[in-house]
Amino acid sequence: MSDLLFDLTLSDEQRMTRESVSRFAETELAALAREADDNNATPEGFFDKTLELGLGLMPIPEALGGAGVDRSPVSNALTAEDLSRGDMSLALGSLTPLGFINTVIDQGTDAQKEKYLPSFCGEQFEAATVAFMEPRATFDPSELQTSARKDGNEYVINGSKTMVALGVDAQLILVVAELEGTGPAAFIVEGNPEGLERSAQENMGLRGVQMADLSFNDVRLPESALLGDGGFDLQRYVDLSRIGICALAVGTCQAVLDYVVEYCNERVAFGEPISNRQSVAFMIADMATELDAMRLMTWRAAAQAEQGSDFHQQAYLAKTFCGEHAMKIGTDGVQLLGGHGFTKEHPAELWYRNLRAIAILEGAVSV
Amino acid sequence: MINLELSSKHQETADNLRMMAEHMMRPYSRKYDKEEHTYPKEMEEVAKVIGQNRPVASAKGKPSDDGVKNGSNMMAVTAYEAMCWGDTGLMLAMPGRGLGNAAISAVATPEQLKKFGGRYAAMAITEPGTGSDSANISTTAVLDGDEWVINGEKIYVTDGDRCDVVVVWATLDKSLGKAAIKSFLVEKGTPGCEVTRLEHKLGIRASDTAAISFSDCRIPKSNILGNPEVARNAEERKKAFGGVMQTFDNTRPPVAAMAIGVGRAALDLAQELLAKENVNVSYGKKPSNLSAIEAELVSMEAEWMAAKLLVQRAAWMADNKQPNSKEASMCKAKAGRMGNYVTLRCVELCSSLGYSETDLLEKFARDSKILDIFEGTQQIQQLIVARRVLGKSSSELK
Repeated sequence: MSDLLFDLTLSDEQRMTRESVSRFAETELAALAREADDNNATPEGFFDKTLELGLGLMPIPEALGGAGVDRSPVSNALTAEDLSRGDMSLALGSLTPLGFINTVIDQGTDAQKEKYLPSFCGEQFEAATVAFMEPRATFDPSELQTSARKDGNEYVINGSKTMVALGVDAQLILVVAELEGTGPAAFIVEGNPEGLERSAQENMGLRGVQMADLSFNDVRLPESALLGDGGFDLQRYVDLSRIGICALAVGTCQAVLDYVVEYCNERVAFGEPISNRQSVAFMIADMATELDAMRLMTWRAAAQAEQGSDFHQQAYLAKTFCGEHAMKIGTDGVQLLGGHGFTKEHPAELWYRNLRAIAILEGAVSV
Repeated sequence: MINLELSSKHQETADNLRMMAEHMMRPYSRKYDKEEHTYPKEMEEVAKVIGQNRPVASAKGKPSDDGVKNGSNMMAVTAYEAMCWGDTGLMLAMPGRGLGNAAISAVATPEQLKKFGGRYAAMAITEPGTGSDSANISTTAVLDGDEWVINGEKIYVTDGDRCDVVVVWATLDKSLGKAAIKSFLVEKGTPGCEVTRLEHKLGIRASDTAAISFSDCRIPKSNILGNPEVARNAEERKKAFGGVMQTFDNTRPPVAAMAIGVGRAALDLAQELLAKENVNVSYGKKPSNLSAIEAELVSMEAEWMAAKLLVQRAAWMADNKQPNSKEASMCKAKAGRMGNYVTLRCVELCSSLGYSETDLLEKFARDSKILDIFEGTQQIQQLIVARRVLGKSSSELK
């Protein structure tokens, strides 16, 4: 129960940020989406450009060189949505270091904040990431198989991680593992310790950001690598990232909707635009309705997180809903374009491939 | 500031009404489902309790510092949800809460309000040959001296038998189309106005649904609602009928909220029955790692919540004077299909217990079906949403 009113009004600041992020998404992300997908790589210089958005800088305390803006899951979700409207892969890439930064701020010690955060306040893009998912069919965030054990004053990590965005290059990796006798824990991996192997992945979609498989074979980390003073709030981390993943879904689905509306209004068959037919128009009506519902589910979870309320159930339901409906919208996007939708002449097939990831992704884009 | 939780005041009303629904409606659910067409007199007491608390009328809502309001529309969807969690049929049989009352309070003159405001009013729109295309009605009203003479046949008049007054849609001249459609206040007992039949229905059996015929039914000239002039040009004509149809923008979210209520009722009962077999809703493992039945339960929770948020958004927009025609139709479409799906699926998941009349799951399913039909069918809502999204006129997208 809350004394706040139900309200869907964005703050002036959120509105202004949305405008500039949307502009950036159109000129820098949408324009490069196809090239990035074709090459299975982020175009050169792209990440440096993202620095102008100040994504990483924002939440870092002023004393450490950042802007010291309070973390706002709602504002972060809006940014993820707006970037993803340009391209989901590049949005994911842009937001990946923020997942590392936010989690260190959220759950790290002061010493860790002082050590790692200033490097994100410079002129260069710093590739940092979180290694969370594991490569097996029934992977579940609640059952991590990557293990950590204490050995003297070191931690020894073993296991495999997958779909690690920027994982090929990142010099800072937060790896989440099950610490023997304790439960979930996160460790900061610097550089390339012995026993860590990285290999580039190629996936169905999300090809614009380099994904990696990481394997940890008796990787030894110093005691100070353990994030925070002990346990890792895995649920909070997973839930905040679920909100981010939902926001990616909302942005991409908005791009799909905008595109099919224009296409179906222009495409003529039997002497009139195909959108004059109910069979086409009703599909679009349903897309628009479910998309709005996806956005409201995402906002609700984000607002609950922002207010400090328990938001686990909301984040879970939002992810469940967005996972289901984002794929449906992606599929319908291809369908509505007919044969054109199946070719790379149009972006519908790219969105379809990217949207398949929504139900699968976990632990990315922590808002 | 983005916040999608009910305010404490609205939540309190929801909790109170839910409790009342549980104790004063649920005990009669099966009785009046069985005894179709029997007046559920116990609902008078419920109406009295609601009247004393005036949750709807008093909820003007103080704006927050930045001028945002949660007012009567948010209160209406909150109340409808709670009462339909109790029983959709009985809620519809609540005296004095008919659609006709909504029309009267929206457009009546002060004199009409004085005379008809406190009466139990039904709304008669549909005809045997005219459903969703309500601009095509054939019932006529002809001015004869100081009286209107009404002729025609109306069907599916909710509360048609028990009401005191019927708001009748009739045309002054069918050749003039939409612009000539007006609504009239006909008091029951007026010669020529006769209830000819009560429908036997799939669900909401506690609510009486009447066919009413009007043969040379004479009513005072002052009983016309709204402007008696027929618009002369296309612009005015569009505006005139648009005004009539706009009342639906305000009534669709409450009807959508009814689907939220009955959907919740089914989910609650199904979860209670399944818990006895150690099947529980949990938000632990991700859906693809759950058993089929567990995954179905969380998926239905998600669909239910999504529909509810769409309803609340439409109500919030109305409270804050934002045009919400598209959003009202979106919420009605989503809530209607969600309600149908969820209630029917709950019957299936609970097997013979769902199908049996011992429990209420099968009744919830039957009751929910109408919510995807009246106040605009699923398909009509899709049409409205599609036109808005695609920027099409009704002649382009038929």
